[in-house]
Amino acid sequence: MKVKSSYIPYFLILPAFAYLLFFVGYPLVQALYIAFTQNGQFSLATVRKTFADPYFWDALKYTIALAGVIVPTQVGLALILALTVNRAFKGKDFTIYALTIPLTISDVAAGLIWYAILSPSGFLNKLLLNIGLIHQPIYFFGYQYRHMEFLAIVLAELWRATSIVFVIILAGLQMISNEYLEAAEVFGADYWTRLRKIVIPLLKPSIQSALIIRTLFAMQIFGIVWILAGRDIPILAGEGFYRLTELKEYDVASIYALVIAGLSILLGALYIKFMKAEYLEVRR
Amino acid sequence: MVEVRLENLKKYFDNGRVKAVDGVNLTIKDGEFLVLLGPSGCGKTTTLRMIAGLETPTGGKIWFEDKDVTYLPPKDRNISMVFQSYAVWPHMTVYDNIAFPLKIKKYPKEEIDKKVRWAAELLQIEELLDRYPAQLSGGQRQRVAVARAIVVEPNVLLMDEPLSNLDAKLRVAMRAEIKKLQTKLKVTTIYVTHDQVEAMTMGDRIAVMNQGKLLQVGPPTEVYLKPKSIFVATFIGAPEMNLLEVSVKEKEDSITLEGEGFEIPLSSDFKELLEKYIDKTVVFGIRPEHMTIESVSSLEHVKRSTTIEGIVDFIEALGTDTIVHANIGSGNIIKVKLPGHIPLEVGSKVKIVVDLDNIHIFDKNTEKAII
Amino acid sequence: MNDETKFMLKKLIFYTFIFTVVAWIVIPIIISTLYGFALPRDYYDPKKILPTSFTIKYVKTLLFTLGALDGIKNSVIVALITITISFALGIPAGYAVAKFLFPGKDTIKLSIVALRMFPIPVMAIPLVVLYIKLNLIDTLLGVALAHTAMALPFVVLITSSIFAGVSTELEEAGMVFGLTRFGSFFRITLPLALPGLAAAAMFTFVMSWNEVFVASILTLSHRTLPAQILSIMAGASGGAAPDYYKFAAAFIMILPAITFIFFARKYLVTMWGITLK
Repeated sequence: MKVKSSYIPYFLILPAFAYLLFFVGYPLVQALYIAFTQNGQFSLATVRKTFADPYFWDALKYTIALAGVIVPTQVGLALILALTVNRAFKGKDFTIYALTIPLTISDVAAGLIWYAILSPSGFLNKLLLNIGLIHQPIYFFGYQYRHMEFLAIVLAELWRATSIVFVIILAGLQMISNEYLEAAEVFGADYWTRLRKIVIPLLKPSIQSALIIRTLFAMQIFGIVWILAGRDIPILAGEGFYRLTELKEYDVASIYALVIAGLSILLGALYIKFMKAEYLEVRR
Repeated sequence: MVEVRLENLKKYFDNGRVKAVDGVNLTIKDGEFLVLLGPSGCGKTTTLRMIAGLETPTGGKIWFEDKDVTYLPPKDRNISMVFQSYAVWPHMTVYDNIAFPLKIKKYPKEEIDKKVRWAAELLQIEELLDRYPAQLSGGQRQRVAVARAIVVEPNVLLMDEPLSNLDAKLRVAMRAEIKKLQTKLKVTTIYVTHDQVEAMTMGDRIAVMNQGKLLQVGPPTEVYLKPKSIFVATFIGAPEMNLLEVSVKEKEDSITLEGEGFEIPLSSDFKELLEKYIDKTVVFGIRPEHMTIESVSSLEHVKRSTTIEGIVDFIEALGTDTIVHANIGSGNIIKVKLPGHIPLEVGSKVKIVVDLDNIHIFDKNTEKAII
Repeated sequence: MNDETKFMLKKLIFYTFIFTVVAWIVIPIIISTLYGFALPRDYYDPKKILPTSFTIKYVKTLLFTLGALDGIKNSVIVALITITISFALGIPAGYAVAKFLFPGKDTIKLSIVALRMFPIPVMAIPLVVLYIKLNLIDTLLGVALAHTAMALPFVVLITSSIFAGVSTELEEAGMVFGLTRFGSFFRITLPLALPGLAAAAMFTFVMSWNEVFVASILTLSHRTLPAQILSIMAGASGGAAPDYYKFAAAFIMILPAITFIFFARKYLVTMWGITLK
């Protein structure tokens, strides 16, 4: 039984809601003001200045490229992992625990950890050298190895943030009643048909939330790139950070903040528009 | 449509520590409606799941006619099933749910459409075909599950407590409907339930299970009137059969059952049957409707009877029936079911007439029926 | 191939896969930890895949000379303030969402989910201007206030699912036997929800402990640990530190987080497995 009451729930929610509204609304307004005015007058000067900077377009390009490579791979990987783990086997608890460890590891720490693996004197290079597979270390870092830096970021980010997708999808999987699958089995569906016709469609809401969460966080990617590549690979959050802390260009930094916020809203809206699961809609 | 034969079927869990199904032998005839009846945890659902191919037996064989299907996956058995939770897929419309088994078996499109409409018509859900399960009531979902199960014309139709999630009224209606449908389709049906009324009203034969073992198989009236064990006797019938511990005494040329504070004289023809049990303790059983109360009501067609005296302890007036609880001595309570309203008062003395053709006597140790 | 070999082969492939996945997660952590305690000559020796001699010198230098210890202190203070404010604001809201029916509830819930997705870290950039005006710049409170904005939607959603798991009947029973609604909440619902709330607090702690963007932007001398590490390590601003310091830093950063998740792992799915409906 739920209680019907007129004002109590609003009264309880109001403080949290007001707090959030302030911390989203105020900076948003502030950012718009800083970005689009000069000496109190409306001006597009800052926008022009930002757009004229090749770093801006590089940052946009790399942010989207990183998200484009990382997010789909993560969802695919997490789906395979969740499907594999979602059965009874020896060591299941340990496996799930191990798979969720990266949930707690910050982007900065993940960058540092992967530096230990990929640096010229790192684990991977020494391992491959000693096995004899390579005779020169593979260089992952430095401006001239930018594509390798990109790869290092992808590896580290896959390592760090696949966990969250895994947990969301696993939770979704566990919510699917076993009878749905048994019914399909009884009516003649093999494993792949069951996966295609029953499991994946029923997982759609989970996959959708994982995709939204990961895509939006990918728009803010910062620490891992900053540690592994610095500005060799410019990204939106990193450029905003650089403009603000190094150059004290509040106006340009605000544009970066607005671009990330705009991208997030746009992508979130697109996902929700195109990925609604029809059968959940009709329940209302 | 096939005959299903279970041969010494076994399913153990936990390395043999739990014997869910322990050596079941059973033949379900072609076109028969067999009800597997038992309390929860008796192994009936596990048996059904082994026939479906959802569980692999620990031992024994399952035959469909002369084909050994013991280790075949479900898809190669041509069976269908109605699940307890219906398992109607929420992301598919009613039409797609019913069409699913046909699509898997790669029927041509027109054929699928024809069959889906046929099944929907049979279950009166034609108007619901475009809806999603979330828009349906429990009863409607149940119909979808049944339609989906019959659309493929399966060898064997399996039903796992399909009515247990419906409300009482709907359950009665669906009971009749499923039974009629099965009679019409003549599909071999195995129906699992813990509800004895469902078993009695629907089954051609009832198979009673307990603790992984099959206790008795037979037509409903036979199982009801001639239970082979105390378990079967008490599991079927409401109110439950009265059971009294008595010792068999020989008095001159007749036999008397002596309990604490009461005596039940039997006619002399029981002497032969109980000869081996004279001066031993047995369990006497009598169903409430096989007794009456003298001066209030009479048992028709009773050839042999005997009388016990008692004092009315409590009266349950159910409207159609009245159940009289009578104390026959030393706190032994016996329940008598009488039709209609009975003008009796608590505390009044009554003479209970027992129909001797319907008494049961069980061995106290083996709990098997002697009579 | 008969069925039994097929079965064994399947099992072998399955366990190989599981082993590979676990190794891929665990090995980098072990390696970087080992390197964090290795002597530089071992690290730079191309023949030595794993170091053999160890020292705590670099962890010590990092902690005491390079200010990581102050960073830890600051991080803990920020995280504790964050937990305090976000729970004070979030628990009532979570309770309302879990236990009341009211018009606009779905909208409110959805906007909280949306706010959780909103890039609040980036919003720290324009926040700097306000913080300068309010003298909050370079203060731990300032960072904590921003972290609260980041953690609050999470706290509301989590506490609502925790409270939804506590039967309303228990609370109603309390009210029937003479407690007020408020008293019933404190005496019955809250104690029952406590383990879940403790786990939520740990996750909030980890969230704040790991956050680097806001902390780096809003502080200069009072840096939290990740901000401190970032300024020491990142090539672009602070000049790169020697490699072995990086590994020592990674160790210091992940230790508390991993410990926390170990204790709160039972609640993982409650914490994160929220699907959008």
